[in-house]
Amino acid sequence: MSEAELATLAAILAAMIRAATPLVFAALGELVTERAGVLNLGLEGMMLMGAVAAFGTAHAGAGHGAAMAAGAAAGVGMSLLFAFLALGLRANQVACGLALSIFGVGLSAFVGKSLVGTPIAALPALPIPLLSEIPVLGPALFSHDILVYASILAVPAISWFLFRTRAGLVLRAVGENHDAAHDIGYGVLKVRTLAVMFGGAMAGLAGAYLSLAYTPMWVENMSSGRGWIALALVVFATWVPVRALMGAYLFGGVTILQLHAQNWGVPVSAQILAMLPYLATIVVLVLISRDETKIKLNAPACLGKVFHSGR
Amino acid sequence: MLRLELRPQASRTMTFVAPLLAIAATVAAGGVLFAALGFAPLPALATFFLSPLGDLYGVTEWLLKATPLAIIACALALGFRGNVWNIGAEGQLIAGAIAAGGTALALYEVSGLWVLPTVLLAGVVGGAAWAAIPALLRIRFHANEILTSLMLNYVAVLLLAWLVHGPWRSPEGYNFPETRMFTDSALMPLLVEGMRLHVGVLFAPLVAVVAWVILSRSFLGFQIKVIGMTPAAGSYAGFGPNRVIAFTLMFGGGMAGLAGAMEITGPIGQLVPTVSPGYGYTAIIAAFLGRLHPIGILLAALLLALTYMGGDAAQIALGVPLAVTQVFQGMILFFLLAADVLIRYRVRLSLPHGARR
Amino acid sequence: MSVPVPPPRLALKGITKRYPGCLANDGIDLAVMPGECHALLGENGAGKSTLVKIVYGVLQADEGEILWEGEPVRIDNPAAARKLGIGMVFQHFSLFESMTVTENVALGTGDPSPLPELGRRVAEVSARYGLALDPERRVADLSVGERQRVEIVRCLLQDPKLLIMDEPTSVLTPQEAEALFETLRRLIAEGRSILYISHKLAEIRVLCEAATVLRGGRLAGRCDPRRETAASLARLMIGADLAPPVREEGTAETGAPRLVVDRLSLAPLVPFATPLADISFTVRAGEIFGIAGVAGNGQAELLGTLSGETLVAVPEAIRIDGEAVGQMGPRRRRERGMGFVPEERLGRGAVPDMSLADNALLSAHKAGGMLKRGLIRFSRARSFAEKVIDTFHVAATGPGAAARSLSGGNLQKFIVGREILQNPRLLIVAQPTWGVDAGAAAAIHRDLIALAEGGTAVLVVSQDLDELFAICDRIAVMSHGRLSPAQPARATSVEQIGMLMGGVFHLDGESRNAEA
Repeated sequence: MSEAELATLAAILAAMIRAATPLVFAALGELVTERAGVLNLGLEGMMLMGAVAAFGTAHAGAGHGAAMAAGAAAGVGMSLLFAFLALGLRANQVACGLALSIFGVGLSAFVGKSLVGTPIAALPALPIPLLSEIPVLGPALFSHDILVYASILAVPAISWFLFRTRAGLVLRAVGENHDAAHDIGYGVLKVRTLAVMFGGAMAGLAGAYLSLAYTPMWVENMSSGRGWIALALVVFATWVPVRALMGAYLFGGVTILQLHAQNWGVPVSAQILAMLPYLATIVVLVLISRDETKIKLNAPACLGKVFHSGR
Repeated sequence: MLRLELRPQASRTMTFVAPLLAIAATVAAGGVLFAALGFAPLPALATFFLSPLGDLYGVTEWLLKATPLAIIACALALGFRGNVWNIGAEGQLIAGAIAAGGTALALYEVSGLWVLPTVLLAGVVGGAAWAAIPALLRIRFHANEILTSLMLNYVAVLLLAWLVHGPWRSPEGYNFPETRMFTDSALMPLLVEGMRLHVGVLFAPLVAVVAWVILSRSFLGFQIKVIGMTPAAGSYAGFGPNRVIAFTLMFGGGMAGLAGAMEITGPIGQLVPTVSPGYGYTAIIAAFLGRLHPIGILLAALLLALTYMGGDAAQIALGVPLAVTQVFQGMILFFLLAADVLIRYRVRLSLPHGARR
Repeated sequence: MSVPVPPPRLALKGITKRYPGCLANDGIDLAVMPGECHALLGENGAGKSTLVKIVYGVLQADEGEILWEGEPVRIDNPAAARKLGIGMVFQHFSLFESMTVTENVALGTGDPSPLPELGRRVAEVSARYGLALDPERRVADLSVGERQRVEIVRCLLQDPKLLIMDEPTSVLTPQEAEALFETLRRLIAEGRSILYISHKLAEIRVLCEAATVLRGGRLAGRCDPRRETAASLARLMIGADLAPPVREEGTAETGAPRLVVDRLSLAPLVPFATPLADISFTVRAGEIFGIAGVAGNGQAELLGTLSGETLVAVPEAIRIDGEAVGQMGPRRRRERGMGFVPEERLGRGAVPDMSLADNALLSAHKAGGMLKRGLIRFSRARSFAEKVIDTFHVAATGPGAAARSLSGGNLQKFIVGREILQNPRLLIVAQPTWGVDAGAAAAIHRDLIALAEGGTAVLVVSQDLDELFAICDRIAVMSHGRLSPAQPARATSVEQIGMLMGGVFHLDGESRNAEA
């Protein structure tokens, strides 16, 4: 391969990772939430609120750190709304998640109206010394911004937490059998609320990445279904963090292929190509769901079930 | 500290009171929202909820917008009762519009009374076929219908965009992404001269009656309810969940398709990239707000249609973003879900453990 | 001077707990001495579980006082109870199936030591008390008896002074129960106290030296069970004498074969299910056929294939009146005269939030003529439900009452009655009286016997050996997904059935162990 071709390859790999990063954040957060037995379908709404909050903060002149924190905080705020309804008032989790998504889409568009079309400085890249000098791999893997690195580091961190710490054991126990966990004396609602908040923070960061780094601007509905794709990724990952990362990168690949296909002269219109990530989600979901036993073995047994302590 | 206490039997009173509480809370929260934006709350609320209905045009537009919401929500409610979560009504609406639009274009300048029914039927079939995809994937591969039906919404939007940008673009449309205007035989007859309201509004009560008969009088509806409430009991009784999944999804898709067909043969008159302001999503709210009951849904559809008009009015009069509509819709659903706790639980004020001894 | 009497290890004074519409505990007093095995007796619904959950901090009393070794204490949660030295083995185990024994112990004790070390201590304690356990195995792969050992070991690791055991033998074979008693006696000898909840009178008489009896949420009496007879304890518990059901010599030998199960095998359909291997038996008209066995040995899977919820590959493996039905669903089997009462009443046999009339529609829609061209004839469903309520003395406000609002016994009477009023030629009943009060249990037993005497073939699957011996003509035992040959109930002893429950099938005079 020529040098130019290698550079293109590196660029494509890097773009793939960037496209996958919001999915990594959102899917990992939801994975932890679901491991605690809560199905929060409101990812899309939390992401959008995270995106608009982060963008608004950056636009107001605060630093990128503050913007990221604002994104995460917006996600947490939205997730608390969900927790109040679905956990506190024991409402149907599916309905609450839908409500959160619908509300988030509307509210983010509402508060972000004045931000449409305004510019901000994108989150800067932080090339890792030495590693970023490696040909191809350097620019592909080690020349990203801080959120990309954070999303990758989150995978081992969450795996360690879930499977190596006592707190992670308790979280999984609550998701598997909330009645037993309650009888033993664990605060089921407390654990779940924390897990939902973590999911909200991660979704908020996913949104922040979109509006600060991926496309540094605010557009209504800019997550365009990524929240829902992340939900599918959690199933695809059979609730294992590292598989969620792999799944997200797969989708990053599909997204980038679709964007580049026209440059390469593929004679298919842009709209048809843009369907690819959504169709891929369906295909992946079908492939993984086909084996019912596999899902049942891995899914938290109390996922989506209402917990009532008095019974 | 508030404590929830399970009622021995669900409260019927609260079933009716909860939506009213939710509406009241939404209006109150809306007032706070307007106040926060620097408007006097009461006049702003009046602008949002009352001003759109000030004249005949407003009333006819109101009914026009409530119609697709009611039709779709009545059908979705059947599925929600059976724990079949079709949230792809928006895509099914678009698929119906595409099928109906394609038929209308194929019958361009053909006259005859059969043309419009054919076009509408094509819409029903198109919507049902689009919904058959998640139904099939759920039945055959156990794929979660929430995610598949939702993904297909995005696909439908893109499919419509491709058609109006490409193959179906109007030859005399100056390159605008839109099809030809349909000819008269494929357009809904108007109900009120000079207004956009068409006879399709009559479909709303009709679909509501059909949904009510299915839900409350038929054995199929009973099976849907049993499977929705207690799947194990449905399995014990030998009710096939697959039939319920297929029927509710495709009925929902068919009605969404009908709504889509009526939008393009009614107020729009052609295929354009955006044929729905999110009716398929708002219908979900209408279904919940209407207690998953056809009569309730008709009322809920009217209220939610008003939020579309209120959003328009508020944008013009107050200069707030149009998304205020979605904000109000989201708030209604939130407050409703919160108020619903009163149906199954009593809320008791309880003292902390220490004080009780 | 006399030796000072130590204060009771645990004393309850005037414990009261109210639920909406019922008083679960009404001013209960109770004292457990150090080194004492104290029985808490009472039939289902007497308030035993509520009381011990209060002691263990799962629930809080509305009134009353708890004294621990003479000192008033507040037990806000199970962690507080454990800190005092109270351990509890639940009837429905508080275990996490997908996790290992050691992880379960870590969760249950809150012990922060690293898992490998905890695993060593689990092995140690289980060896010391004769509770064989492998710390690394996943709970899902353990038998019910082994799971109970996990619960007990989990308690013992915290060195409790008081151990609460809720109906521990209901899930054990008689032999396993005997081994458990040995362990418990060792614990008492170490000076620990045991609060032992049961409604099995025989085991209380051999194990406990004091008993507190509850009835309807109230204190019914205190006694020394060793000096009582089973009959006198039963009277104290129930408050009246109950005539045991009378089963005349059945027609087991002569009746026509109605249900024939012929070399039925089934691979596991869901994770952790028991495979069924080569099951054969025949239930004849006029006979009550019992299937005994500890839960989790394949009964649920067998019942699924019999009800039609699980279809089997070989249609001839299940025959009703000679017709192969293995590929037919529940509705088609009902049309062939089958009735079915599932183990899970609320949530399978009945829809909790639906009325009794709707619940009549659930299974009797065909037999009761409740449908007409796809529409429901509500008046027929209502009158059918009314008839069930009247005929079977179901305490309910009427056909409009939600199934959820009925007590366990009354709901079971309704479901059994609903099936019987459809005039089944074959009735399959799972755990007919599990968790049902004594009066309702006796009524259900009478109804089943009357049904068999009218010529119906009745299959009863139950964990309760006393029940099976009381009403069955023949009994077979399920173990590890296999079914033993049927034994005539009158010519069999509890010990023999117990051996079979342990997986020891006597075939051709030689014993062989079923593979674990």
